[in-house]
Amino acid sequence: MTDLAWIDTALTAARPQAVGALLRYFRDLDTAEEAFQNACLRALKAWPQNGPPRDPAAWLIMVGRNVAIDDIRRSKKQQPLPDDELISDLDDAEAALAERLDGSHYRDDILRLLFICCHPELPPTQQIALALRIVSGLTVPQIARAFLVSDAAMEQRITRAKAKVARARVPFETPGAPARSERLGSVAAMIYLVFNEGYSASGDAAGVRAPLCEEAIRLARLLLRLFPSEPEIMGLTALMLLQHARAPARFDAGGEIVLLDEQDRSLWNVAMIAEGLALIDKAMRHRRPGAYQIQAAIAALHARASRPEDTDWTQIDLLYGALEILQPSPVVTLNRAVAVSKVRGADAALAMIAPLEDRLSNYFHYFGAKGALLLQLDRRNEARIAFDRAIALARTTAEAAHIRMHLDRLKRESEAAGT
Amino acid sequence: MLYAILCYHDEDFVGSWSREEDAAVMEKLAVVHGKLAGQGRLGPVARLLPTTAATTLRKDSEPPVVIDGPFAETKEQLLGFYVVDCADLDGALDVARDLALANPGGAYEIRPIGLFMPGAAQP
Repeated sequence: MTDLAWIDTALTAARPQAVGALLRYFRDLDTAEEAFQNACLRALKAWPQNGPPRDPAAWLIMVGRNVAIDDIRRSKKQQPLPDDELISDLDDAEAALAERLDGSHYRDDILRLLFICCHPELPPTQQIALALRIVSGLTVPQIARAFLVSDAAMEQRITRAKAKVARARVPFETPGAPARSERLGSVAAMIYLVFNEGYSASGDAAGVRAPLCEEAIRLARLLLRLFPSEPEIMGLTALMLLQHARAPARFDAGGEIVLLDEQDRSLWNVAMIAEGLALIDKAMRHRRPGAYQIQAAIAALHARASRPEDTDWTQIDLLYGALEILQPSPVVTLNRAVAVSKVRGADAALAMIAPLEDRLSNYFHYFGAKGALLLQLDRRNEARIAFDRAIALARTTAEAAHIRMHLDRLKRESEAAGT
Repeated sequence: MLYAILCYHDEDFVGSWSREEDAAVMEKLAVVHGKLAGQGRLGPVARLLPTTAATTLRKDSEPPVVIDGPFAETKEQLLGFYVVDCADLDGALDVARDLALANPGGAYEIRPIGLFMPGAAQP
């Protein structure tokens, strides 16, 4: 790797810790971010000459803090009213220069940073945008592209989110155990939202958004390093690894969806699957099941089957049953129906999803699945009606194209048979 | 004399490589491996999965305690390693327990292997 590439990865890796620590000193997101940017600029000058520092994050924190304090002092001379609140602990700044970074601070800093991004008052889209900007350091145009909105709209979204966080007076004390586990849950949910933004994309957008999946996995790994014994964090990381491992097989050359059964399993990422399986294995030993763990366990059963017919559907059915109890939702029941159709037949699956129709009347996948089940039972007219509903509800061209394929085949077959 | 060479690096850093960057490093390493293998001097090579995938069985108490995460006590040193083929973590823990029975103390870190090359050299 060239110097510059090396420095770039080092800066990215150090970012959550450095911005987190700077936020603790300055208690203001914009100041912390600017301080980090300034430190990065200096790193780009200093590191190629002097070589990499032993601890890049510590270097960036020290330099960022000094630069920001200098800036604040300088602007104080011009402004009649000093903003004392902005610098919480200027007093110990000199002493802190020599301080070694404390492991527990590191953990709290990063957690606080992640927690601020998933502030309950922010709508999920703003939470994700803020996390990608502040924690991951993606540029506004990069985030805007991932969300398929204009730069200006994304800039506004992030500015609004920051303003709301600033007004909300985020607590800076170290959270106690119950608060921490509560926060951990919302941080995990936010990371999974980032992942799903990337995962649910298809066609042309899939390439643009795939980095969101990788970023979410990076954040989850970071969280897991901070909390190595939290089975749900292991489960979340495993779930994302196992899902993302299938990315190369999920779309064909034309950008069309390839269903799990038809995917070329040799395209799956073996290393990601191995890591995901190892993590879910570890999580299960804790006997503290959670929604992410169960979903990861389901993904693991798919990953373990080298051919679609080797899939352990009975076990998947049981796991969905557990998920239904833990996190009841018509979508979970709908997913379970797929397993039920494999174990007990399409009739049983149809009976299972029939009561969901009212609640899922606007859900593409409901009518897609219903159509597929009816097709298995050769109830072609009803299948066509379900597919028609599905196509009207499709959100992406790939979804629509997939249903269109079923409809075209139905039409061809009925024409051939109809005469 | 056979020497073990243990690879240390910052996991944050290595973990942030893109697939292309990672492949480029592996390609450069393969050149080194190839040279050693050609001379019959290459022993087993293993790349471990991240420390988050690690489990540790500690022999401080009876029965031994199983904890998450890598083995990280500075008062103990790496003395050797085993490579065993197990169906899952439970299987690996059984092997570690057997080893711990024969050992008065210490710890066994169990790290899934991401890449394994059996090599050519004989002790």
